[in-house]
Amino acid sequence: MSFQRTQEKLKILADAAKYDVSCSSSGSNRFNTTKGLGDATGMGICHSYTEDGRCVSLLKILLTNYCIFDCAYCVTRKSNDIKRAAFKVQEVVDLTINFYRRNYIEGLFLSSGIFKSADYTMERLVAVAKKLRLEENFNGYIHLKSIPGASDELMREAGLYADRLSVNIEIPTESGLKKLAPDKKREDFIKPMVKVKNEIIQYKAEKKIIKSTPKYAPAGQSTQMIIGASGENDFQIMQTSNFFYKNYNLKRVYYSGYVPISYDNRLPQIGTAVPMLRENRLYQTDWLMRFYGFDVSEILNEQHQHLDLDIDPKLGWALRNLHEFPVDVNTADKRMLARIPGLGMKSVHKIINARRFRRLNWEHLKKIGVALNRAQYFIICDSNQFEKRDLTSEKIKGLILQNSTSKYRKSLSNQLSLFG
Amino acid sequence: MQAKNLIYDGSFDGFLSAVFHVFELKLKHVTIQNQFENQNVLFSENENIVTEETKANRVWKGLKSRLSSLGRYQLYYAFLSEQPGIEDVLLDYIQYAFSKSNPIDKDYSHPSVLKLAQTAKMVGREKHRMEAFVRFRLTKDHIFFANIEPDFNVLPLIQKHFKRRYADQKWMIYDIKRHYGLFYDLEKVEIIDMDFPTNFDFTKTDSEYFSEQEFEFQKLWQDYFKATNIGSRKNMKLHIRHVPKRYWKYLSEKQPE
Repeated sequence: MSFQRTQEKLKILADAAKYDVSCSSSGSNRFNTTKGLGDATGMGICHSYTEDGRCVSLLKILLTNYCIFDCAYCVTRKSNDIKRAAFKVQEVVDLTINFYRRNYIEGLFLSSGIFKSADYTMERLVAVAKKLRLEENFNGYIHLKSIPGASDELMREAGLYADRLSVNIEIPTESGLKKLAPDKKREDFIKPMVKVKNEIIQYKAEKKIIKSTPKYAPAGQSTQMIIGASGENDFQIMQTSNFFYKNYNLKRVYYSGYVPISYDNRLPQIGTAVPMLRENRLYQTDWLMRFYGFDVSEILNEQHQHLDLDIDPKLGWALRNLHEFPVDVNTADKRMLARIPGLGMKSVHKIINARRFRRLNWEHLKKIGVALNRAQYFIICDSNQFEKRDLTSEKIKGLILQNSTSKYRKSLSNQLSLFG
Repeated sequence: MQAKNLIYDGSFDGFLSAVFHVFELKLKHVTIQNQFENQNVLFSENENIVTEETKANRVWKGLKSRLSSLGRYQLYYAFLSEQPGIEDVLLDYIQYAFSKSNPIDKDYSHPSVLKLAQTAKMVGREKHRMEAFVRFRLTKDHIFFANIEPDFNVLPLIQKHFKRRYADQKWMIYDIKRHYGLFYDLEKVEIIDMDFPTNFDFTKTDSEYFSEQEFEFQKLWQDYFKATNIGSRKNMKLHIRHVPKRYWKYLSEKQPE
C-alpha cells in the first residue's frame, strides 16, 4: 500500500462520505468463534467523536466519488467540480483491518458513487465485504450501502457478508425527488429494500429449523432522509418515516439536516444554517414512535403539521391532551408513565421497580432522575403537595420555559422572548 | 460499644472477608477501609482483616441467594469504583439484602440501593469508555500496546471484551495509574507488572519502541478523523461531553501535530 496515495484518497473519500449520518455498530450477533479478528456482538461502541459531536464508530468511506448521477443535494454529483478518486478493493481491506487492530473502529461503512451501472458498483462493494470475511477472517461490523437499482442476486450476496444494509431515500417526498434528482426514481430505492426485507424474513424462518443457516444482514437495514432541502413539513417527513418502518421493517430511519453544499437555486444557499434543532425534534418524535408507544398521528397530523421548536414533542402532546393528566406515578401503567413529560424509559423502569417496595414521593422521584421541572405539572405522588391550580396549556408551557435553559437558547431567542 | 474500623487489603475477597467478620461478630458501628486509603476514623479502633477465600466465598454464595445477577454485578462494579467510603455503602446494601427474603436490588428509593446502582453505572460507563478509547500501537516486537489511566479500576471488567475481539494478535493494556496490566499471548490473558524505561513517554510514539508502519496508520487515522468532521455543524460542547479532555492525551486522533 503506497502511503501517500492512500492518504490522498482517504481524505477525499472520507470527506465525501461524511454526510451519511448512520454510524451505528450495534444490533449484530457475529461472534468471533474462529480465533480470527473482531467481534460484532452486543452494544455498539463510539470510538471517538468529531468536533461536530458525531460518533465515530465505523470507517465511513466511499469506494469512489465518481458518479453518473446528478442529484442536486449531493456533493459527488456529476456536475460538481471536485477532485475524484477511487479505492482499490485491497486498499479498503488494509485500512479496515489496520484501523480495527488498533481499536480505532468497530468496522467498515462502505458506500459509493455510482459508476458505470448499479450492478457494477454493488459488485465492488460486495467484493470488499467478501474479502474481509473470507480471506481476512474479519468478524467486525460491516455496513454496506445498497445501490439503488442493484439486482436481487447481488443484494442476496451482500447480506451474507454485511451486518447492515441501507439505502437512502434522501428526499422525503416523491415530488421533491423529482425536482432535485430527476434521473432517480423512488422504485429504484425500494427494490433493494424489498429484497433485503424478504431475505431477512426468510433467514429468520429458516434459522428456526436449521441452526446453521448462514447469517443474513443480522443488524437489519436502515435509511436516511435529508431534512430541509426540498420544503417538506414535519408531518410529511414522519409520515414517510412511519411508512418505511412499517412496510420494510427498518431498524432505523436517520434524519440529516441539510448542509448547504451548492449554489443551485433549487436548494437552500451556502451559508444557510443547518436545521439542527429541527433534526433533533424529529429524532425525538422517532423515539416516541419506537420506544414510548406513541402512534405518529398523535404527534403529527393534519391539524399539527409542524413540531414545536421550543418544547419537545412529548411535552407538546401532553399540553394538547391535558385531560389525560395528572397521572399517579404509584399506580399508573407503563404506557401512561411513558407519556409523562420529563420521564425517560429508564426512569419509567426505575419507578415501576421502586414502587413495589414503598410509595414514591417527590424526593424519591428527584433522586431517581426524573426531570421534575417538566413532570411536576403532570403527576401526583405520595405527597399532599401537587399542582392544584387549574393551569392552561399556555401557562404551563410558560412556566416550564421560564425555569429551564435550552441548549438551543440561541436559535430559540425569537420564540422565547414571547414568554420572557 | 466502641466503633470499629476494619482494614482490608484492597481486594474484593478481602472486602468480603471483612463483611464476613461483621456478620460473625454481629458488629454494629463499623466501617470498612482499604489499607491504602489510610484515613484515621476518630474514636474507633482499627482492626486488620486477613483475606480468606473460604469466608469470601461464603458471603458471595449467600449473596447469590439474595440478589439477582444484576445486583451482584452492580455490587462488584461499585466496589471497583474505589470511591472513598464505598465499602460502607456496600456493607449497608449487603446487610439490607440479608435482612429481606426477596431481592432488594431494584429498591431504587432505598438510599444505599440507589447509590450502589448509580456508582455501578459510573463504573460501567468508564468500562465502556475504555473499550472505546484504548488505542493500540504496534511495537517493534509485534505486540499491540495501549496505556490507559481510567478513573476506576476497570481492567478486570474489560478483559473479556478484548480477548474475544483481538483473538489473533498479541496485545497489552497497561493501567499506568494502578501499575498493572493485561497481556494476551494468543492463548490466555495474564495480569502483569511492567517496568518502563525512565525516559518512556506514554503520550508519545517513539520510533525506538514502535514499528515503522505505526506512524503511517496514526497519520491516516488523524486524517480520517479530520475529514469526517462537518465544519458547519461544529459543536465543541457536545464533542467534549463525549470525549472529556482528561482522555485526550492518549488518543492518537487528539494529538497536536
